[in-house]
Amino acid sequence: MLLNQLKEGSWAVIDRVGGSGALRRRILEMGLLKGTRIYVEKYAPLKDPMELIVKGAHISLRVEEAAQISVLDVQ
Amino acid sequence: MTHPTITIALAGNPNSGKTTIFNAITGTRQKVGNWPGVTVEKKEGLVHRHGYDLKIVDLPGTYSLTPFSIEEIVARNFILDESPDVVIDIIDTSNLERSLYLATQLRELDCKVVFALNMMDMADARGLKIDAHKLSELLDLPVVLTVGNRQKGIDDLLAAAVELALSGTPPQQKRKVRYNQEVEKAIDALQRYLTTHIGAALPYHPRWIAIKLIEDDAIIKERLTAIAGDGFAALLEATQKQRAFLQDRFNDDPEIVTTDERYGFITGIVKEVLTTSPLERVDISRNIDLVLTNRFVGMPIFFFFIWAMFQLTFTVGAFPQDWIEHLFGLLAAGVGYLLPPGWIEDLLLDGIISGVGTVGVFLPNILLLFFCIALFEDTGYMARAAFLMDKIMHLVGLHGKSFIPMLMGFGCNVPAIMAARTLESKTDRILTILITPFMSCSAKLPVYIVLAGGFFGARAGTVIFGIYLAGIVLSILTGRLFRTLLFRGADAPFVMELPPYRVPMLKSLLIHMWDRSKMFLKRMGGVILVGSIIIWVLANFPQAPELRQAQVQESARLEAQFQSEWQAAEQSRRPEIEARHAQALNALSQRTKSEQAARSFLGRLGQALEPVFRPIGVDWRGGIALLSGFVAKEIVVSTLGVLYAVTDDPQANALESALRAAGMTPLTALSMMVFVLLYLPCLATVAAIRRETGSTGWMFFSIAYTTSVAWLMAFLVYQGGRLLGLG
Repeated sequence: MLLNQLKEGSWAVIDRVGGSGALRRRILEMGLLKGTRIYVEKYAPLKDPMELIVKGAHISLRVEEAAQISVLDVQ
Repeated sequence: MTHPTITIALAGNPNSGKTTIFNAITGTRQKVGNWPGVTVEKKEGLVHRHGYDLKIVDLPGTYSLTPFSIEEIVARNFILDESPDVVIDIIDTSNLERSLYLATQLRELDCKVVFALNMMDMADARGLKIDAHKLSELLDLPVVLTVGNRQKGIDDLLAAAVELALSGTPPQQKRKVRYNQEVEKAIDALQRYLTTHIGAALPYHPRWIAIKLIEDDAIIKERLTAIAGDGFAALLEATQKQRAFLQDRFNDDPEIVTTDERYGFITGIVKEVLTTSPLERVDISRNIDLVLTNRFVGMPIFFFFIWAMFQLTFTVGAFPQDWIEHLFGLLAAGVGYLLPPGWIEDLLLDGIISGVGTVGVFLPNILLLFFCIALFEDTGYMARAAFLMDKIMHLVGLHGKSFIPMLMGFGCNVPAIMAARTLESKTDRILTILITPFMSCSAKLPVYIVLAGGFFGARAGTVIFGIYLAGIVLSILTGRLFRTLLFRGADAPFVMELPPYRVPMLKSLLIHMWDRSKMFLKRMGGVILVGSIIIWVLANFPQAPELRQAQVQESARLEAQFQSEWQAAEQSRRPEIEARHAQALNALSQRTKSEQAARSFLGRLGQALEPVFRPIGVDWRGGIALLSGFVAKEIVVSTLGVLYAVTDDPQANALESALRAAGMTPLTALSMMVFVLLYLPCLATVAAIRRETGSTGWMFFSIAYTTSVAWLMAFLVYQGGRLLGLG
C-alpha cells in the first residue's frame, strides 16, 4: 500500500521510500526510513499536503511525494 | 589588556531554539549581514565571558549537512574552512532522534562539539526523560542542559564551550559514528587511497572525505579536482569502484545507505538515553492544530490572520506614515528656508528629499509587516500557513509559504520581496520575487483612480477590480511558464516540519523586526538616494534659461497689468482681480514647468520613445509620465499633471478634462492602466529584487520581462479594442 492511500488516523510502518535524488534523501533525513512507524495525523483542508507524526515530530509531505513511499502493517 | 578570541559556531535544526539561545548569549550586540555570495542571513555577536572574547556565529538552521541547500553548504563550509574553536549543537530535546542526525554529521566533521540539550522543559512536559550524563559518555562530548527562552544554562554552556576550546586534546576519536562492516570497508579502502595518493594536501580529515566521496558529494569532488590534479580521474575511478560495490551489496544508492546507517547508530543511542515514548504525550500543539488546520475552519482562520496582518501593516501603518511625511515636509521647508533658490535647492528638495521621502514613508509598513511575520515564524504558525496554502500555490509552481510575500505585494512590493526570505529553496525565492511585481501595489491605485474615475465613471470600480484580477492571472501564468522553462525539475520537496507552537518572546520579535528594517534603511537608502538624484537630473536638465527668463518677464508683465487694474478698479471688484491674477501666475508657472519637462532629458527620451508608446495608444506626455513612475508609481499622476499643465490639484477633475482634451479615450486609458499594472517595478522594488536575488542578472530579467509583458498586454488591449471599434 502507498502512504498517500492511508486514511487520517491510521498507523503504518514504512517499507520503502522510492523516488530519487535530493527529495528522496531529504525524506530519509527527516526520519522516514524503512521500518519507521508513522501515524497519519491529517490531510490539509484542500486534501494536500498531509501531516504525519514520525518519531514524535510532525512532518508534512505532499501527496505526490507520499505516493513514492510504500507502507506495511496498516492499522 | 586584550584577550584571545574564541570562535563559537551555533548549529542546530530549524525550530530547535537556536535563535533564542543566540539572542540569550549576545543580547542586542548582534551584527546581521549575509554570508558571502549568498542571500542567507548571517548573524554574529561578540561577547566577553569567562575571561575571553567570544565570537558567536549563528549558522543557518539545517536538518543535515548534505550539499543540497545553500543553508547546509554555508554551515558546512564555515565549519570546514573557518575552523571555529567549538561548535555548539543545539538539540531540541523533545525531538532527540532527528536532532541527533545533524549531530552525527557534525561529529564526522571532526570538530569540537558541545551539545546543548535545549527545551528540557518541553521534554519534561511531554514525559520524556533523557539521561544527559549517559549521552555525554556515549558520544564522548560535553552535554549542557539549557532552556533558551528562560536564559537557563546559558552560562554553563559557554563555560563548557570555553573549556573545550582551551583543552589541547584533539576532537575525540573514541566514539565515532560506525557504519555497517561493508560500508566501513569501502570507507577504509578509499581513505587509504586518499592518504597514499594525495596525502598531506588533503584539506580535511581523510575519513570524512572518503565518506563524502562514497556519498557522491558534488562539492567535495569539485574541491578535490583542484587538489588531486592529474590524479583526480584515478581517484574518481577508485570512488566509483567502492560505490558500485555498495550499490550492488545493498541494492540502493550508497548515500541512502549511509543515511540509514546513521539513523541506525542514533537509534542505538536513543534507546540507551531516552525513556518514555514520545507518542504517549499530552500535546497542546496538536490540540491547537485541531482548530488552526481544521478541515472547515482552518482556511477561514488563516484568511482572518492575513487580513489582520494586512490591516495592521497598511491601515495602522498609515498613521506613522503621515508623521514621516510631515517630517520630510518640515525638512523640505527648513532647507527651502535656509538655501537660496537655485538648482542646489531644487536638487535637495525635489530630488533627494522627495525621492528618499517617497521610500522612507514605507518604514512603518515594513516594521509592522516584519513584526507580523516574525510573530508567525516564532509561534510556528508560518509552517501551518504553508501547510494550508501549499495545494493552491503548488498549482502556480510555488511553495505554500510563497503566499504571504505575494499577498503583501498588494500593499507594497518592497517588503513583499523582502518577505520572500522566509522561503527555504532558492528557486522558490527567485520565482516568488519575479512574480510579486504583478501584484498591483497600493501606489498604483492613485493612477487607476484618476484614469478609471475619469473615463469609466460609474463602472470605475469594476474596471479597477478587473485590473487587479488581470495581475493575479498573469502572475499565475508567469509562475507556470517560469517553472516549466527556467526552473524545470527544481521543484523543492515539501518535506516540512510543523514545529510545536511556542509563546513568542517579545525581545526576539523586536530583534527580528529591527534587523530586517535596518537592512531596508541602509541598503535601500543608498540605492534610492542615487536613483532619485539621477531621475531628478534627467527631469531637470538641460536647463532652459530662456524659459525661466520668459517666465520672469511674463510674470513682471502680469504684475504690472495687475497693479494698474487694481489701482483703477473699485474697492468691490478688487478681490476678483486678485484671484484672477493669482490664477494667471499659477498657469504661467505650470506652463513653464510643462515646457521645461518636455525639453529635459526625460522629456526628450519620452519623445524619442513615442514610436514605442504610440501602438499602445499613449502619447509622448503619457510616455514621460510612465517613465517617471520608475521612481514611485504614484508619481505618474503628478507628472501627468505637470505635463498637461494642469493648474489645480492634479487629483481633481482638471486633469481628467485636460486628458480628454488631449485626445485620451476610455480605451487608451484602459491600455495605460494595464501598462501601469504590469510594467517595470519602481526603483525601490528593483533595488529589493537586486538585493534579495543577489543577482543583477535577475534584476534586469525582471525589468525586461515585466515591461515586455506590459507592452504586449497594453498592445492587445488597445489594438484589440480598436478592431472592435471601441477606440
